[in-house]
Amino acid sequence: MHEKTVAELSRELESGKISSVELTRHFLDRLKQEDGQYNSFITITEEQALAEARAADERRAAGQATPWTGIPFAHKDIFCTSGVRTTCGSRMLEHFVPPYDATVVAKFRQAGAVCLGKTNMDEFAMGSSNESSHFGPVTNPWGLTRGERRVAGGSSGGSAAAIAARLVPAATATDTGGSIRQPAALCGVTGIKPTYGRVSRYGMIAYASSLDQGGAMARTAEDTALMLNVMAGFDPKDSTSIDREVPDYTATLNEPLKGLRIGLPREYFSDQLSPEMATRIREAVREYEKLGATVREVSLPNASLAIAAYYVIAPAEASANLSRFDGVRYGYRCDHPKDLMDLYTRTRAEGFGTEVKRRILIGTYALSHGYYDAYYLKAQKVRRLIQQDFVNAFQEVDVLMGPISPSPAFIQGEKTDDPVTMYLEDIFTIAVNLAGLPAMSVPAGFIDGLPVGLQIIGNYFEEGRLLNAAHQFQQVTDWHLREPR
Amino acid sequence: MSISREDIEKVALLARIRVDDAQIPALEKDLGNILTLVGQLAAADTDNVEPMAHPLDAVQRLRPDEVTESNQREAFQAIAPATENGLYLVPKVIE
Repeated sequence: MHEKTVAELSRELESGKISSVELTRHFLDRLKQEDGQYNSFITITEEQALAEARAADERRAAGQATPWTGIPFAHKDIFCTSGVRTTCGSRMLEHFVPPYDATVVAKFRQAGAVCLGKTNMDEFAMGSSNESSHFGPVTNPWGLTRGERRVAGGSSGGSAAAIAARLVPAATATDTGGSIRQPAALCGVTGIKPTYGRVSRYGMIAYASSLDQGGAMARTAEDTALMLNVMAGFDPKDSTSIDREVPDYTATLNEPLKGLRIGLPREYFSDQLSPEMATRIREAVREYEKLGATVREVSLPNASLAIAAYYVIAPAEASANLSRFDGVRYGYRCDHPKDLMDLYTRTRAEGFGTEVKRRILIGTYALSHGYYDAYYLKAQKVRRLIQQDFVNAFQEVDVLMGPISPSPAFIQGEKTDDPVTMYLEDIFTIAVNLAGLPAMSVPAGFIDGLPVGLQIIGNYFEEGRLLNAAHQFQQVTDWHLREPR
Repeated sequence: MSISREDIEKVALLARIRVDDAQIPALEKDLGNILTLVGQLAAADTDNVEPMAHPLDAVQRLRPDEVTESNQREAFQAIAPATENGLYLVPKVIE
């Protein structure tokens, strides 16, 4: 049962071959038996899940089911769930039980989906390896097949590992600098980061508000299309949500790719890319040529500035967003504060982990008196240059393709000594967030038994085209069906 | 690029994060490395480039000036570390 996709499970529920309660029990049993080795979940909500499954079966019996009614899945622990603790991977929120649902959570609830729990993540989504979580690192299921403890990627590493290990068929995720695409690539699953503003950020704990975007992870492109059908849409509660009609993302999956114009950014095939990775990506592109696509080289001349711009903009916005954690209204509070300043400074010193504090300090520095123009304003100008590169490229091609990560999943602890080494992991994903574009990671082969992800970047609001391209690739390849054993 | 002990102490105070003396050397190294990385921005030619705040250059929406939310003080204060009579408690600020 756990081998099946969301689309397949949905048909089984519809035909009455299986009930949601049976399906939910099956996945909960697997989760409890298997997750010890991966640590992909922070919280398992067994009782709520079974109650939701019973309600889903009743709803189906009453003839009011949606494709999601009764489907088990999980939320990244960054989405607020009413009555269920939401930690964001931090000690600061270890015991935080939100009094409301994120819009994304409410939408899945309305569709009748069954949430099995909350997946592990880098603290406040700051990380590329899931090693900054207060609840311990997530271990990549593919690494374990080689007897090694490798990273699952981050920050949505729990969602990616859980899907790869067949503990859930699908999970929500978020992407600020690559946090959906990179873990999806490293764990061999499919992930989509939509256009900025396409999915509501309401109730999604903020890291860098001008970059944060919720999205979807599953084994197939078709399943992520089904997820976006639920998640996408205007939300008056999110001030940067875009008011624009949402298409049925499954309706265009089977369009032929003949004539699709693919651009390969020259800068994404630099010497930062391992030769094996470059080979896998070029092989994937050749599959697209067989499907009738044309390929040409394009240039994103300012791509090399993306990491520098990101590590000003994201920490600056984080320093402002995370100022809300003050030990007064909710979350962690230090013991025996001697005065108000001691309450603030010790609560934040003890409640935040090392990487989060580092980014708050860098952001505070960049925004402090005398530095604003040199850092934040400069980074925002560079951001426009980076966006303009993409605008120019999309005048010549329909989609861009390239790698997600410079190399496959690395060994845990290998990059934790120097933050900058870790930051360079996102060299091929960050520019997309700065430009606000939609992009996917699609399983595209292996290097020494470790998964490789193909990145597909689209123009604004062209999620449908990306999902179509990914789905067609998955009709002629089986990388997305491989299981870590 | 380097960052001084004084800078770190000043920024930590602004950020309301206590930093112990023992943590300063590691912060000097890590924050210095990050500032070197972001220092690459200085070389970019951004004359006549407008700063970009929103990818789609959207502006904040306005809504009618009507009450849309109900008071949920009880629910919100139920998760606070310390409250009394509907107020949040903090250490004494004024003697």
